[in-house]
Amino acid sequence: MNLEILTPDKKVFSGEANSVTVPGTQGSFTVLNNHAPLISTLEPGEVKVKSAQGMETFHIEGGVIEVLKNKVVLLAESLS
Amino acid sequence: MANLKEVRGRISSIISTEQITKAMKMVSAARFRRATEAIVRMRPYADKLREILGNLSASLEDNSSVFAQEREVRNVLVLVITSNRGLAGSFNMNAIKAANNLIASEYAQLKKTENLHIMAVGKKGQDYFLKHRYQVVGDYNDLFNDLTFLNASAIAEELMEGYVDGKYDKVVMIYNQFKNAAVQVITTEQLLPISPVRDAQAETKTHKVDYILEPSQRAIVEELIPKSVKMQFYKALLDSHASEHGARMTAMDKATENAGELLRTLRLQYNRARQAAITNEILEIVSGANALSSES
Repeated sequence: MNLEILTPDKKVFSGEANSVTVPGTQGSFTVLNNHAPLISTLEPGEVKVKSAQGMETFHIEGGVIEVLKNKVVLLAESLS
Repeated sequence: MANLKEVRGRISSIISTEQITKAMKMVSAARFRRATEAIVRMRPYADKLREILGNLSASLEDNSSVFAQEREVRNVLVLVITSNRGLAGSFNMNAIKAANNLIASEYAQLKKTENLHIMAVGKKGQDYFLKHRYQVVGDYNDLFNDLTFLNASAIAEELMEGYVDGKYDKVVMIYNQFKNAAVQVITTEQLLPISPVRDAQAETKTHKVDYILEPSQRAIVEELIPKSVKMQFYKALLDSHASEHGARMTAMDKATENAGELLRTLRLQYNRARQAAITNEILEIVSGANALSSES
């Protein structure tokens, strides 16, 4: 699936990923390939991205995630 | 000859002015490029946010967000975005003038009762409004030294708090919208209460999808609205920042050109004066020599 992590200041991640784990408002969850369409708000916490290059972790201060047709867009307000 | 020295002095002072304006133009050109890049980088985030918000809020029956309530307008905050430095042509004056016009035409009564507040981002605007005894709130001149979304959203949060607490019933923003390097458009935008029209327009373009919504449609919309207000404010800041450097670039380019023209005429004057002096000297020597030879 295609994953994009965006902040207002820059594009943090863009490309293919196998899975992404996010801190949802109602508990942490993982998005895999062919996930159903979803919009969820996110709490401050860790975002874990698994891709062919290995695992990457980002810390976000809340945000929102949209999953649609194997395209995942994560809007984070600040990121480190 | 005094004239010769005078012209020489003017020439050297114009040369140094030209160097300064040229350097400022170069600096502004570099900053301008970075500022426009920041606008481009912000765009994907802003587009996606608008899309999601438009999708969700359109199908929400009553738009009862605290930020959408139209109240009787008793306190208005006018937000004027200018720059910290001058020498950018009419950039700052245009924003200040637009603010003055708006206040004179719509909020003259509020100004008399001191219910009109000004928030000036940028030193030039702040100086002006303080000097003319407006109610100026806060000091945000450091913002342009480190223009990031985080710093901008702190101010936006302050605005939203003021709105929710009833300190302001309306927030209007005046800034230079960025078109291209040479063109800035003075824009007046209402920041709060938010206008639902914009979201409805976005909805017609996007198709309906059955999303799983977590935690709920309303909760998501309520979380996204403050983000979109922050985004609108941040976009205005970035636009104004890019416009500032665009305006300065054009102004300094004109100044450099004028200096060059002035130099050309001054050099002509200088050479004429120099030649006249040489001719005079030769005349004196020749007539002196003639006088000597006729004596002997």
